[in-house]
Amino acid sequence: MVKQLRQSFKSGKTKSYQWRVSQLKGIAKMVEERESDIVQALYQDLSKPPLEAFVAEISMAKSSCREAIEGLQDWMKPEKAKTGISTYPSTAEIVSDPLGVVLVISTWNFPFSGNAVVLKPSEIAPATSSLLSKLVKDYLDDSAVKVVEGAIPETSALLDQQWDKILYTGSARVGRIVMAAAAKHLTPVVLELGGKCPAVVDSNVNLEVAVRRIIAGKWQCNNGQACIGVDYIITTKDFAPKLIEGLRKGIEEFFGKDPMESKDISRIVSPAQFKRLVGLLDEDNVSDKLVLGGRRDSTRLKIDPTIVLDPPQESQIMQEEIFGPLLPIVTVGNLKESFQVINSKPKPLAAYLFTEDEQLKQDFVENVPSGGMSINDTILHVTVHTMPFGGVGESGMGSYHGKFSFDAFSHKKSVLYRSFSGDASLRYPPYTPKKQMVMKGLMNGGLPGMLLALLGWSSHNSGTKS
Amino acid sequence: MATTIEEKEVTVFGEEEAKQLVNELRVAYDSGRTRSYSWRVAQLKNILRMCDDSEKEVVEALHKDLAKPELESTLYELGMIKNACKVALKELKNWIRPEKAKTSLTTFPSSAEIVSEPFGVILIISAWNYPFLLSIDPVIGAIAAGNAVLLKPSELAPASSSLLAKLFAQYLDTCSIKVVEGAVSETSALLEQKWDKIMYTGNGRVGRIVMAAAAKHLTPVIMELGGKCPVVVDSDINLQVAVRRLIAGKWGCNNGQACISPDYILTTKDYAPKLVDALKTELEKFYGKNQLESKDLSRIVNSNHFARLSKLLEDEKVSGKIVYGGERDKDKLRIAPTILLDVLRDSLIMNEEIFGPLLPILTLNNIDESFNVINSGTKPLAAYIFTNNKKLKEKFVMSVSAGGIVINDTTIHMAVHTVPFGGVGESGMGSYHGKFSFDAFSHKKAVVYRSFTGDAALRYPPYTGFKLRMMKALMGGSFLAILRALFGGSKS
Repeated sequence: MVKQLRQSFKSGKTKSYQWRVSQLKGIAKMVEERESDIVQALYQDLSKPPLEAFVAEISMAKSSCREAIEGLQDWMKPEKAKTGISTYPSTAEIVSDPLGVVLVISTWNFPFSGNAVVLKPSEIAPATSSLLSKLVKDYLDDSAVKVVEGAIPETSALLDQQWDKILYTGSARVGRIVMAAAAKHLTPVVLELGGKCPAVVDSNVNLEVAVRRIIAGKWQCNNGQACIGVDYIITTKDFAPKLIEGLRKGIEEFFGKDPMESKDISRIVSPAQFKRLVGLLDEDNVSDKLVLGGRRDSTRLKIDPTIVLDPPQESQIMQEEIFGPLLPIVTVGNLKESFQVINSKPKPLAAYLFTEDEQLKQDFVENVPSGGMSINDTILHVTVHTMPFGGVGESGMGSYHGKFSFDAFSHKKSVLYRSFSGDASLRYPPYTPKKQMVMKGLMNGGLPGMLLALLGWSSHNSGTKS
Repeated sequence: MATTIEEKEVTVFGEEEAKQLVNELRVAYDSGRTRSYSWRVAQLKNILRMCDDSEKEVVEALHKDLAKPELESTLYELGMIKNACKVALKELKNWIRPEKAKTSLTTFPSSAEIVSEPFGVILIISAWNYPFLLSIDPVIGAIAAGNAVLLKPSELAPASSSLLAKLFAQYLDTCSIKVVEGAVSETSALLEQKWDKIMYTGNGRVGRIVMAAAAKHLTPVIMELGGKCPVVVDSDINLQVAVRRLIAGKWGCNNGQACISPDYILTTKDYAPKLVDALKTELEKFYGKNQLESKDLSRIVNSNHFARLSKLLEDEKVSGKIVYGGERDKDKLRIAPTILLDVLRDSLIMNEEIFGPLLPILTLNNIDESFNVINSGTKPLAAYIFTNNKKLKEKFVMSVSAGGIVINDTTIHMAVHTVPFGGVGESGMGSYHGKFSFDAFSHKKAVVYRSFTGDAALRYPPYTGFKLRMMKALMGGSFLAILRALFGGSKS
């Protein structure tokens, strides 16, 4: 299959502007026409509410396509670059070359950078995976865009092949495996991983709005099963009771008195994940810190929006990425202590801060490393496609979204054009002391230096005379 | 050669020592000292001073390690380093400033910017052929971006390595910028540690080892590797200028031991004799009659590489193909500029990166056949073409995938700091030079700022039919659809 894709790529068809636009239009059409199928598959896999499916997946896909179609001609154009006196006369540009054949594991990212693509969707969402496979065949160019379904054996077989780039979205554990496999072929990778995304909440905020945005960033995001979802909160000891009460009210307002019956919240994706989450909750020293929720239903794979207050730092729930509807709240004496709490853990994919304190905002941005940040909101920075979306440290490497996706799958090739005129014989051997002086002047970029060198007034004396 | 006394004086550098060094660098970084603008400027200015003060010592060390001619040392190593510093000093404030990003209606009201954050602690593993340039240029980028750095220079250029260690300790902030000398075991110990980014310059075999080690810690890498940089020579050109530029890029660059040196030539059967004659004429002008002894040519770095290059010449597939040069001096580690004509594609010399003063010429019936030859190999770090034919230039740029391309010259793109310098495929990943160095060692963090006003209830549950229609209309951007949704007249 890789061989066949390489043939397709070598034929040059994926490089043409027309082919790229036709594929992008195909995707937009696919998402538009089959919206209800997609929503249904997402509901089947995750009980994902239709509005969430629409906003987070369909709409994002459509707007990415629209953005790419609008931007493509500009993005494909070589970028002019300035040249200097030492390479005069010349012009330079940076050309965006597609890399070749790329492997995309687990996301919706697509072939508008002129590459041939293999998509390997997650087997944990089987209905979506099989729908994707069918739709891509129906709407896109099958000779250059393929879907491979499967689990570990299929993924391992794919990873043994030589790709020109791999984009992987998932866990840090598998990220290491993907990168190690890529190393064998010197294949560059983009890894979109996870982490514990903290939300720091100050007391001077509009509590109602902050609470709604936190709920939106936690339980409205696939019920906490999102890499950029709020993982845990840090607030002051004094403010915690108000925050908890605010959250309790907000959760009831959004999901009703019995959230497990609400259609507006996703379920847990699988029995294995359900078991893991219940384990986090039932650990000694954590189970007694419950302040809200905690109920679970193993047949329907549902867990209440749950809050625990000040679980120990060594507990599992504070050590691993939660990826579920459990929200620990960690209290500190002074909000500045929150930086240390966050920085003692691996760098997260996103970090959030709610405050009206301008100095605190500045300190947070400067001193908390993370993939990206939203101040006074959650999730939002990933919808701004004029900015790159990606992690740092354990949360990943590389980025995409908008033009950054185009760039992620392109090689930026420098091209320098020279004419035959204007050849400086200074450059060539035999290397005399005089030549050296003049060349030094040129290299220093200033015309005055060069003149001085020609007149023999350089401050350097090259010892040997030849 | 080390005597037993010298060996006893060398401390063992193993895992423990490596771990300790990384910890020291991390403490320095966490203290915040490397992040200040004044620290970065001070280090860059110190590097400039270091280069100016130590020119003579650097030239001597390079002469000892490689017999590198003084002009090459001052221009291509020190000159380039100083230029990189000056560019960084001039532009640093701009590079550090967050970049505003446009926001759209969907996140109104908000403002957004991309903040450049240092990665933290960087490991730079350098190479032997341009030991100062390939060590200090990346260090400049790491410092400009506000990181702490550890440099591991190549042991195959020992005088340069030890001079680098001495100068760095003398001129730079030793808490945050360190040098470790050593070979395989020291490098392995370093690679076991957790770094925030690693930059490696060298070959693909070791590149794979570095990336595999980095994978254990999810450390991002930049790799500047090599390849066979082809030169296509068309017929209707200014042959003298072309040949001089070819010679400068090949033998004038550490005697062919440079990652972007022309590796082999592709030209037509008809044009080849003219090309060979011109090369012979200009080579003699440049290097005289006794080229084996020329002081304007570097020697071969060591006996291993000398043996490797000799083997390429002794390959029976190239016997009778040497049309110029071929002289060797094993004791002085010198090989004269050598040209081979009509080399076959399956000879040894066409199957590995030459990295030496041997220049094979492949002849074709038609210049268009060169594309097949080039694309049948792995993607090189650079590709060159000499031609006045506009269509051929366009075809070359469009269909040859290489790190960088130069039309009608060789190697000079590394002096243009406004274009990224890096490889693709087997020739590497990532890039640097100029602002690209700053970017290489920074994490670009997306930040969005919102106020508490302008909160759309549409966004929140319970999700009603109205909310769904309204969201769709808003995100679809159709005013009509918005009106319809508001007044309940939508299709769904």
